[in-house]
Order: sequence, then C-alpha cells, then structure tokens
Amino acid sequence: MPIDRPIDPHGDRTDPPPIAGTLGGNESGAREGRLGSVTGYSGSLRDLAARSGCDGPKDRDRCYSQASLCNSACALGLTGFITDAAIVHHGPAGCAVTAMSIANSKDQLAGSLGLDNSRSGYVCTDMDESATVFGAVDTLRDVALETYRRYRPSAVFIGASCVSGVIGEDLDGLAREVAEELGVPVAPIHCEGFKSRIWASGFDAAFHAILHHIVKPPERKRPVVNVINFFGSARKELTELFAELGVEPLFLISNTSVEELSRLSESVATVSTCGTLGSYLGTGLEELYGVPYVRALQPYGIAGWTSWLRALGEVLGKQAEVEAIVVRERDRYLPRIEEVTAKLAGLRAVVGMGPGYGFNTVRVLAELGIDVVHQAAWHYDKQYDDGRAPSAFDELVTGDRPDISFSVSDLQNQEIVNLLSTIRPDIYFSRHPGSTVWAMKLGIPALCIVDEYHILGYRGTLTFAYSVLDVVTNRSFTENLSRRVKLPYTRWWLEQRHDHFLNPEAGAPAHRTDEEPSHV
Amino acid sequence: MSDSLREVLDQPRYVCALGAMQTVQGIHRAVPVLHAGPGCAQKLAGGIAGSNGDSGYIAPQIYPCTNVSETETIFGGEDALRNTIQGALQVVDADLYVVLSGCTPEIVGDDIAAVVDGLGPTPKPVVYAQTAGFRGTNLQGHDWVLSAIIDQYLGRRPAADVVPGLVNIWGPVPSYDPFWTGNLRELESLVRELGLEPNIVFGEHRGLPELDRVPQAELNLLVSPWVGLEPVRLLEERFGTPFLHYPALPVGAFETSRFLRTLGERLGVASERVESVIDRHEREYYYHIERTCDVFLENRAMSRRFSVVSDATTALAVSRFLVNDFGLVPATQYVTDATPPEHRPAIEAAFRDFQYGITADVVFSTDGFRIHEDIRATDYFGPPLVIGSIFEKKLAESLGGNFLAVSAPLKERLVLSSSYVGYRGGLTLLEDLYEYVLRKFN
Repeated sequence: MPIDRPIDPHGDRTDPPPIAGTLGGNESGAREGRLGSVTGYSGSLRDLAARSGCDGPKDRDRCYSQASLCNSACALGLTGFITDAAIVHHGPAGCAVTAMSIANSKDQLAGSLGLDNSRSGYVCTDMDESATVFGAVDTLRDVALETYRRYRPSAVFIGASCVSGVIGEDLDGLAREVAEELGVPVAPIHCEGFKSRIWASGFDAAFHAILHHIVKPPERKRPVVNVINFFGSARKELTELFAELGVEPLFLISNTSVEELSRLSESVATVSTCGTLGSYLGTGLEELYGVPYVRALQPYGIAGWTSWLRALGEVLGKQAEVEAIVVRERDRYLPRIEEVTAKLAGLRAVVGMGPGYGFNTVRVLAELGIDVVHQAAWHYDKQYDDGRAPSAFDELVTGDRPDISFSVSDLQNQEIVNLLSTIRPDIYFSRHPGSTVWAMKLGIPALCIVDEYHILGYRGTLTFAYSVLDVVTNRSFTENLSRRVKLPYTRWWLEQRHDHFLNPEAGAPAHRTDEEPSHV
Repeated sequence: MSDSLREVLDQPRYVCALGAMQTVQGIHRAVPVLHAGPGCAQKLAGGIAGSNGDSGYIAPQIYPCTNVSETETIFGGEDALRNTIQGALQVVDADLYVVLSGCTPEIVGDDIAAVVDGLGPTPKPVVYAQTAGFRGTNLQGHDWVLSAIIDQYLGRRPAADVVPGLVNIWGPVPSYDPFWTGNLRELESLVRELGLEPNIVFGEHRGLPELDRVPQAELNLLVSPWVGLEPVRLLEERFGTPFLHYPALPVGAFETSRFLRTLGERLGVASERVESVIDRHEREYYYHIERTCDVFLENRAMSRRFSVVSDATTALAVSRFLVNDFGLVPATQYVTDATPPEHRPAIEAAFRDFQYGITADVVFSTDGFRIHEDIRATDYFGPPLVIGSIFEKKLAESLGGNFLAVSAPLKERLVLSSSYVGYRGGLTLLEDLYEYVLRKFN
C-alpha cells in the first residue's frame, strides 16, 4: 500500500475521547460491570430509553434459568478463524470442543479465498482432576511451546476456562514468559465462562488481546477500512462498493493474518456490521490510534445502509460519491422493494436475537410495513464503549415510531415460547443456533437470519423481503411439524407471565406460585 | 510415533464427561439439569453433533442450567441448583430429571447429592451424576450417567419378574455416534429376527417405559469394545442380569453373521433359525456385491490399505468390515477416544483377530497432529484410505488418498436415520466410501 498521508494520531478524531479507563488493564472484563449491560428486563423500548443514564435498568437475575452461552465460545470461536494463529485452550477437554465446531468451517472459509491456514491450530491442555488441585501452568507452558513447534504460528492465544479462572492460574505471567522465549506475541484471552452472563463479553476479551498484543502503532496510513464482522460473506459486494470510495475493506477477523491485524492502526476508518460485536475494537482503535470508528446505523435495510454509507463517506471525505451511489441503488431497487412490501404490510412479527442485530432488524421490518409486536434481546447494552447508547436503539425510540414491547431474555427459550404462544405472531425472526424451531412447533413460521449480510443495503432488503414472503406463503414445513410434535413445557408454564422468573431489580426473590405444574 | 516432545490434545475428537448430557437427551422425555457454566450445553452439543441434528423434544437449547456465575464460585451454588431443579420440575414437561454437575461447582465443593436428596418427594424422579469436565471423557460420562440412573432410579423401583427372551441392547452412544439412532434400530431388528424381544432406551420415542423394563431382561447385550461395560456390570450386580459383551459393532456380512451366531448360541436360539436368518441376508447382501464387483475391482483410485482414526467402537467396526468382508489390508489403526488403560489390552487383542492371521497395530492417542505425522510417514503402497472424522479430510487429500468421515466431528454430511450396522449397513458404508472414490478419474 502506498503512503497516503503522514500520521497524526488524533487528526482523524471526529468525536470527543470516549469514557476513560475501559481499555486499560489486563482484561476487558464483563459487560455487566464495564458497560452496565443487563440480561434480564421486561417492559418496552421507550421505557428503557427513559431510564438510561444513571437511572438505567439494573440487572435482574432469574430464580430459574436454562442454559445460555458463554464468552469463551465467542472469544475463541472468533480467533480460531485467524489464518496463522494458534489457540491453546487451558481447560478440560470439553472446553476445546470449539476446535471441533470450527474444524471444517475455518477450512471452508480459507479455501473460499484460496488462503493457506495450515499455520493455525487449536489445542487443549486437557486439565484433569490433579490439575484442579495443583494447577497446570507448567503443562500449559509445555503445550504452548509444543504448539508453536508444530504450527509455527505468528501469534499464540492462551484461552482461559472456568477451571483455570477458579484455581487462579496466572495466564498473564505465563504468556509474558512464553512470548519472550518464542519471540512472537503470546496473548492471554480472559474468557472464563463464569465471568459474564453476556457472551458478547467474549468478543471484547478477544479484541482486547488483539488490541494489546497484536496491533502495532501505525507506520503509515493506508486506504483501508477495517470492517468488523463475522465471516465476510459480502466480501465481493463491499469490496466493489468501497472501491468507489477509494478504499479497500479489510474484513475482520476471520480469514485475516496476524500481520494484517498488526496494522489495523494504519487504516483510515473502522466500520462494524454489528454494534455489539464492534464496540470494543472499534472504540479501542479510535482511542489508542485515532482510527475513526464510524458511528451509524448498521447497513441493513434502506435507512441503515444509507446512514452507514453516509457516515463512512463523511469520514473519508467522499460525500458526493456516496450520494451518487445512494441514488443509483434507490432507483434500481426501490420500485421492486415497494412491490413486495405491499404484500407484507400488516404482518405481525416477533424478533428474538442479540441486541445489536435485533434493533436493526426491527427497523428493517418497519420499513417493510411489518408490525413488530415484541422484541426479545439476549442482553442489552445501554451504552457501548464510547459511552453512547447504540445508534440502532436510539433510532427506534426517536420520532413518532410506536413503542415496542421489549424483553431481555438471556436466551431463555421458555420465555420466548411463552411470549409466542400468547402473541401468536405471523412470523418469528431468529438469529441464534437452535432457536428457530420452537416457533415452528407452535405453528408459527420462522425465519432465521443466519447470515449477517442477509439484509445488506437495497439489494439485501429486496432479497430479505422475498424470504419473508416465501416463509409466510408456504407454511407446509411449519404446519407439518407443528401438527406432530409437542412442546416440552408444562401448561402451567405457558399460563404464567413470560417474566415470571425474573427477580425484582432490588434483588429480592420473585413471587412464585405454590401450585403444582400440570404436565400436559 | 513421532518426535514430538509431548502428547497434546490436538484436533479433539471427544469432549468432557458433561457431554453425557446427550445420553440423557437420548432417552425420550428425560431431561438433563445442568449445574454448570452458561455455555457448556450449547458448546458441547454443537461440537458433538456437528452438522447433524441435536434438537428434539428436549434440546440443549432448553436444558435447565444454573449458568454458574462469579457469585456461585464465591458463595457456592447449592441454592441456585435447588431453585433450578424445582423450576425445571415446574416448567419442563419430562419424566426423568438427571442433574449433571460441571467443573466449577465440583471445584468449589457444592454437594450435589445433598441438594438432590434434600428435595424430598418430587413429582417426577430426580437423579444426579458427577460429570465435571476434568473427571473424564463424554464416553466415561455416558457410563456414569447410566450407572446413576440404574442406581438411583431403577434400583428404587419394585422388583419384577424376568421376561424370557427380553434383551436390552447397549452400545451406540447417543449423538456422539452420528449414526446412533440408525445403528440402534438395526441392532434391534437383528435381535428381533432371532425371535427375541429387543429393548432399547434410546432413540425414536424410546424412553421411560423401555427403561422401566430393563431389570426384567434375560440378557444385557453390550455391543461396544468398552463403553457401557460399567453399567451392564452394575445391572448384573443389582438385578442378576447376565450380559454378553460383543466387542465389535457388526458391519457387513461377516461380522453380522458372527454376531447373530454368538447371540443365538448364548440365548439358546435354535441354530436352524439362526442359520436361516443368516442365509437369507447373505444371499441378498451378495446379490448386491456380485452385481457391483466390476466397480469395486476395476478401479484406479481405490486403496488397498487403510487406517481408521476414530473412537474404539468405530475403529474396530470399520476395520473388521474392511478386512474380513472387503479384502483390504489394515495399516496402523488409531483409537482417539482416550480409552481408559484397563480396556486397552482387550482392544489390542480384538485388532489381532482378523481372518488369515491378519493383524493391525493399534495406537491409542488423543493427539491428532502426531497421528497425522505418523500416517504421512507410512507407505500404504498406493493411495491410502483414511476413515475417521473431518480432521482427516485435508490429510487424505494431501496424500492423494481416499477419505470418509464416519465419526465426530463429522461435518459436511447429514445423517438422519441411516446406519452402518448389519448387512444393509455394510452396503451403505460401501456406497458412502465409493461416493468419494468415484469422484476421481477412472
């Protein structure tokens, strides 16, 4: 890349410095503590908005819960896709199941770009009973050295586990020692499962390790825009789009090399396709290296895409180019979008997904004339690492938009099924493994927005609208299934309020009925 | 094997003891109640099942779980567990609740037994097993969970008379064996053909009624090299039920016929009956083999020598089929399921028991990297055939060999109800194998 212009670490800053202190220290910590994020709430979007700031919602625990997800899956699932980094998971064998989960997907992704990922690896220290008593830092050191010998990675990540956390293994000290010995970055990732109910804290833990151990100070500026996303499925579209703005996208962090990550500070801007995902890295790059983090709606639907592109154009000084693209895309797709929207108007929908993607989806559904009668988010960040509320949330509570019934449900499926069986919407939108079928069992067609770019821009909006139309039109799969299966919940549960098990904010135990459940 | 400095769990092909939650889910209307971290259920299920279904009436996405947080690591989690069990009894419509503990509660010393015993009378049975990840593998966990159910549930039910000819079938591990439902159904069908009454507690709507009949069986039939030995021994101790330990999952004509003869002899089935069943199946089986022999025999790409990299059950089953049925020659076989040392000699002996005095070396290793180094250093005198998990795909491709994924992590193929067990299963295995072979020029 040519030198575009000289370095001025703060010259690109378009906003005041974010709240201090979030990015220092050895770990990113839990979102509950760092951002005041919550995993239990029942009310509405406007109620939440009115209570933000110091009077924000307090976290509400549950006196009954089902399994959710932990931050190690997010942290090490992400870093496992770096093409030349090794992960040493310091825990019992089961924690390293992520290595099985990503075994072929990382090869499929790398293969799609013709990348060689043979220097990536994911191993485990396989902690046993004696390790829980005596510790296993020596084993960890041996395994880390052996892993380096095997794969010659450009960096090694040491992943924490509940066991390593509970027995107090010194991962930071060990990482420093091994890094000195090997001469490559060795970064601990503090993703102990018990530390946060919010698995997105694992994104932060991974990005913390990358920010503090991999990213180097800039030597030059490059016409590159960091794109924080998951798997880069819109690589072709966004590369073409960004070329019109004179920049190249660098899709993070799957299919990147350690060398590419080390130069994130040299990019001219950072954008994210998900506010939840991008907060820590985007803010960190801005705070530490002055790389502007583009604050906008995420690029889904018409308003989102336009807002995202305009904000990027502003940072790049390419406003005119952006306006031309907006007009072109609108003229090309809007008539076709309006045509299908007429067929969707009046559908009643429930949305259940992570907050970052969920708020954006709700806005897109409104654009399509679909009535969102309830949104469930797995958690809620009242602010991101820059101290501001999520843009996509703000958008939903400004102007004359109707208020929307809202719950924060920590992936508690019994709450979702309870809501769905009461509301009986025309369609349910999901975006989490294993969460879609439950609506179908109730006879409610469901659409899982598996790919993050499904609703990208005008073209994505058109595709998405037809996906919705197809799902509500041909209900055979849903109805065939629902007629033959039974829900695994008692009638008693379905007759309770969905927030029955949420403790009051004060922390006192919730009222529970004494009546026996009637098994149905 | 190689010059690696130490054995490392690299390319893991099994998970921890808590993975036995899948064994509970395999029993229809039984539900695991986890006292574990928030991510254990979803992570383990996703890794074990891979691209195959892990949902169902009960699913990892709905397991009751204490989602152990920092609070429980400091103050203990017994109250949280009690609430979660009581909530589970109210919310989840199940017939058996199996409490499973994960790492953190066991390290901080939560007394799971005391919590369960202290519940008093419950509307549905509640049992518990200690399955912390650091205690062992999901296969050991499978045994511990079944033993807990035998001990705490079956052991407390009133005694009932033995039903002659009733045979409990054990072996395939739910979900971890990608073909578990099909394999169990095929075993069931073979046992039924001998005029016996099969009883299986796992799979399509088999659950508590089948479990309740377990103590009445005339025989426990264990079809597995080592997984399941502990529970069938416990059943013998508790209910006096003898067991037949048949070490190899029967795949193809040779092993299936031997299996039927062994079982028939053990239970006194008339040999005419056994032989007539075998004869009918073998005629059908060899009808298909005969009409396809040109494809098998006149092929440039197929291998003569093979290695299986898999759990003990799969490695033995596939090896026996390829050697005794299909005429291939075994190179080293790799057993990757962290088989407990006491079971290894018997497995090694089983790999020395092929036709014509053919034997195979067995390496027990959980280190996929070293296994691959070893395979790379082996001369297969032609393209190697490597059968195992998705981890072997790139290896086989890089060696110009043939490949089939048959065990966890499986990936890139979908298994609903198909099976490699029995006569039909052997044919299915050949179909799947040649799907890969036939992609190459011949």
